[in-house]
Amino acid sequence: MRFTKDHEWVELDGDVATVGITAYAAEQLGDVVFVETPDVGKTLKAGDGFAVVESVKAASDVYAPISGQVIEANAALGDAPETVNAAPEAAGWFARIRIADPAEVEALMDRHAYETYLQTL
Amino acid sequence: MRYLPLTPDDRAQMLGVIGAPDIDALFVDVPASARRAALFDLPLHAGELEVERELTGLAARNRAAGDGPFFCGAGAYRHHVPASVDHLIQRSEFLTSYTPYQPEIAQGTLQVLFEFQTQVAALTGLDVANASMYDGSTACAEAVMMSQRVTRREKAILSGGLHPHYAAVTQTIAHAEGMTIVRQAAAIDAEADVIAAIDAETACVVVQTPNVFGVVTDVTAIAQAAHAAGALLIVVTTEAVSFGLLKSPGEMGADIAVAEGQSIGNALNYGGPYVGLFTCREALVRQMPGRLCGETVDAQGRRGYVLTLSTREQHIRREKATSNICTNSGLCALAFSIHMSLLGEVGLRQLAALNHSRARELTAALDGVVEVLTPRFFNEIAVRVPPGLAGGDAAALVDELLADGILAGVPYSRLAPGAGMDDVLLLAATETTTTQDIAALAAALKRRLGQ
Amino acid sequence: MTLTSVGRPTRPHPAISEGHASLTGGRGLLQDEPLLFELGGWDKTGVDLPAAEHDASDLGGLLRTTPIGLPGLSEPETLRHYVRLSQMNHAIDLALYPLGSCTMKHNPRLNEKLARLAGFADLHPLQPVSTAQGALELIDRLAHWLKTLTGMPAVAMTPKAGAHGELCGLLTIRAAHEAAGHGHRRRVLVPTSAHGTNPATAAFVGYSVQEIAQTADGRVDLADLAAKLGPDVAAIMVTNPNTCGLFEREVIEIARVAHASGAYFYCDGANFNAIVGRVRPGDLGVDAMHINLHKTFSTPHGGGGPGAGPVVLSAALAPFAPAPWIVHGPAGLTLVEDARDEAAAAFGRMCAFQGQMGMFVRAYAYMRSHGADGLRQVAEDAVLNANYVKARLSAEMTPAFPDGPCMHEALFDDSWLEGCGITTLDFAKAMIDEGFHPMTMYFPLVVHGAMLIEPTETESRRELDRFCDALLALARAAKAGDTERFTGAPYLAPLRRLDETMAARKPKLAWRPEPTTVAPAPLAAE
Repeated sequence: MRFTKDHEWVELDGDVATVGITAYAAEQLGDVVFVETPDVGKTLKAGDGFAVVESVKAASDVYAPISGQVIEANAALGDAPETVNAAPEAAGWFARIRIADPAEVEALMDRHAYETYLQTL
Repeated sequence: MRYLPLTPDDRAQMLGVIGAPDIDALFVDVPASARRAALFDLPLHAGELEVERELTGLAARNRAAGDGPFFCGAGAYRHHVPASVDHLIQRSEFLTSYTPYQPEIAQGTLQVLFEFQTQVAALTGLDVANASMYDGSTACAEAVMMSQRVTRREKAILSGGLHPHYAAVTQTIAHAEGMTIVRQAAAIDAEADVIAAIDAETACVVVQTPNVFGVVTDVTAIAQAAHAAGALLIVVTTEAVSFGLLKSPGEMGADIAVAEGQSIGNALNYGGPYVGLFTCREALVRQMPGRLCGETVDAQGRRGYVLTLSTREQHIRREKATSNICTNSGLCALAFSIHMSLLGEVGLRQLAALNHSRARELTAALDGVVEVLTPRFFNEIAVRVPPGLAGGDAAALVDELLADGILAGVPYSRLAPGAGMDDVLLLAATETTTTQDIAALAAALKRRLGQ
Repeated sequence: MTLTSVGRPTRPHPAISEGHASLTGGRGLLQDEPLLFELGGWDKTGVDLPAAEHDASDLGGLLRTTPIGLPGLSEPETLRHYVRLSQMNHAIDLALYPLGSCTMKHNPRLNEKLARLAGFADLHPLQPVSTAQGALELIDRLAHWLKTLTGMPAVAMTPKAGAHGELCGLLTIRAAHEAAGHGHRRRVLVPTSAHGTNPATAAFVGYSVQEIAQTADGRVDLADLAAKLGPDVAAIMVTNPNTCGLFEREVIEIARVAHASGAYFYCDGANFNAIVGRVRPGDLGVDAMHINLHKTFSTPHGGGGPGAGPVVLSAALAPFAPAPWIVHGPAGLTLVEDARDEAAAAFGRMCAFQGQMGMFVRAYAYMRSHGADGLRQVAEDAVLNANYVKARLSAEMTPAFPDGPCMHEALFDDSWLEGCGITTLDFAKAMIDEGFHPMTMYFPLVVHGAMLIEPTETESRRELDRFCDALLALARAAKAGDTERFTGAPYLAPLRRLDETMAARKPKLAWRPEPTTVAPAPLAAE
């Protein structure tokens, strides 16, 4: 699993990346009440806003950690947005993306680097 | 000054606590060039009696609707409002409270909003209503902009039966945001004409029933055509009492229904404040503008209400909000809700039936006097002013009939001067219209026609 | 003597215990009131109407065939329902309502009475103007007061609230740019501390929004503003006095640099109460400013509205104001209602009719009552009261900008709560138990845990002291570790803290019949 400074995570399986927000981000947001997931088929550039996650008091854009095309969105979040709080780095994933450039994933932080980064916040 | 509790002594002592030598010291950040030492050139303070005298004098220079026969409608309707409505909305706890942002001490307002939303959703036959908009026209513009968010298309088609002011407001606001607004030419029985204009770029079609000419339309086929093209149907109603008699927008397939709610609980007020009703299908709720009240529980599990889904709104989403609206028409919504509670389904149906009956009576009285242009009406009709009456100019006729003490409706040219319909007069009848009023109008017209 | 020992006891029993929860949900004067839909009035009505003489058979298939689902109540039940609900609300008539940026001041009842005169309330917006001369005269007089108080030459009267006024102002600015061939100016600069309506409105008219930084003393950072101005900037939107309750000392320079770059200066007039009668925005270089009649000029907030938001305009912008407007003619006052009529420059129309006449009557009565002298006193007392609160509360709380005076509202941050284990929200909820409405919290966004207190000029010194004493006592309790008083608050309100997460996750936005509820019987069409 790889991480961004904006608190998204990526897990690569072949050329398909599963993305979501980190446990740290989920805790900072508080109770997630709604997730707007991207349309399947949408082409993303790394850094594009591709989803919105809402708590009662804030709406936060989620940025695509890597470029590619959305092939699946996590429909289960529609009825159960609380999954993002319960299992942010597993069942609370946001989308699956067919990646354009594996090097983009390699360039992201590993868990150790991310955790070190969190210490600085 | 009677509204200012501080005494000179208070002020002096308070300045002492603050540590300021005088009041000017508190305005020190104002640039010296902008500090006005002298009083402005306006009258000095006045007692209640004096103010009342001036405003009563101004009011007396207006001809109130109730002063004689009265037939004006066209988006604002004179109805009887029960005395208890106005009493209740003047209770301090409703009148002088703020937006219910602290739900623990605003359950009164919040429960009212929840009840209001439920009533409005029921009336329009749709799932979800918001806590009100400024008026029907701004609700219409907001609905059109919402259709853009839902469909991601840019074009809105407005029927030729839509109230021209509603069309103008929508054109002004939705066009500014980047939408293309197609206004169809005014025509009496215009609603179905929108079908031919729907295409794959259409975000929404906006139809009105009863429309500005009073025509009632079953919009089911329009809904089907819109949906087949992936567009939304927005149904506008300016006379909320009609919901008591006619098929609801939801029943006919509307995706969004907006209405002017003034007719229920609210006075004419020379145009405002009114209350915009806004409802839609549940699936569209996250694209709605305005405040929403929802049910929840408190820390001890007791039922209560809060403002919810606020991430749509400007105070959280800022430039990404669904609308910039903040203040709405809360107290007018309260008046609407109280009047609707007094009516109930039984009373609303009676009231609507009575309105339609009065309009039938009016139509019958005008038979053979002027041509009635509205084929199917609720409580409002369009008539053609013949050349023999004020030269066929509806506006001139209305002015002439003032001499008879009659406010004889709204000339369509007042709403749309360039539409080439200067001979069209809009006449409304409500439960406040009497048989004598109708007879007076018919007699005045006949006399001028030499009948 | 005659010894009479019958009758009721006249002293309370010595306190036996803390008391009991009620058995049925009521609490003394506070009634437990169900929803309207649970009161069972499916076939009830509180009105008596005559029977219709003609039927609706002419409408055939257009008639409603299904029940609407609306309960009714008799008149006494209606009074009970709404009076019971009302008693669960805080109100300005009950106690201080210190919401910063909202100007919750006294609402004179004279204004209510006058707005209900038949000559104003029972007036149709489209009846001939010859029959509404008094109404037009009132609007015209109100416009004169607004122009005089702001030092601006024109005013658009129709906007129905502050945000609607902002929209009107930006549409006017946009029309002026387009008329000058500057339609490419589509960026708006807004301070980070702005009301949410400012960026939302800019986006609403298709503009992009860029934030301006703030200086350490809570004002617009002039250098940052100058750096961000450019040939594509349409306007700056600045609130003055700003949302930190401070006057923008450099406002004249702000206007100058904006104008030098070809941008207009839109001022958010929400805080006009601080300067009314003393400072004219026109003297500061403002091009457009909305005035919330429901704030500065005391039309009641009504639980969320209605308001009114007339927009004063500079000479450069005046020709682009929306229809309708009043003109003086030989036969008296008349309305120009069609923008195409006389001034092709008008950008369009903001609402169906002439604006918020009911609010105009109230605001005008308020202004006339105060007069030029009283309005000046309004600003002075509003500012005095805020500074008094700031001075007194500074004993325990930390003002966000301690140096220099504030204007009409005092802003505190939450640094004084550090280590107390409670948040701004907890503190505010505990205020409810002391009988006060919380202040505005977590706004402006530029101050951590912000608490923004606007007492207004209609509070007496006694009430201010009562309020300050309560907050100081709470602050001392917080610092003394009485955490539970705050984290569980409010304890004494009609309800305890509400679950907003649940409300948002599974929105329930209307009452629906329980499956077991007997649905209303379909009524035959009349």
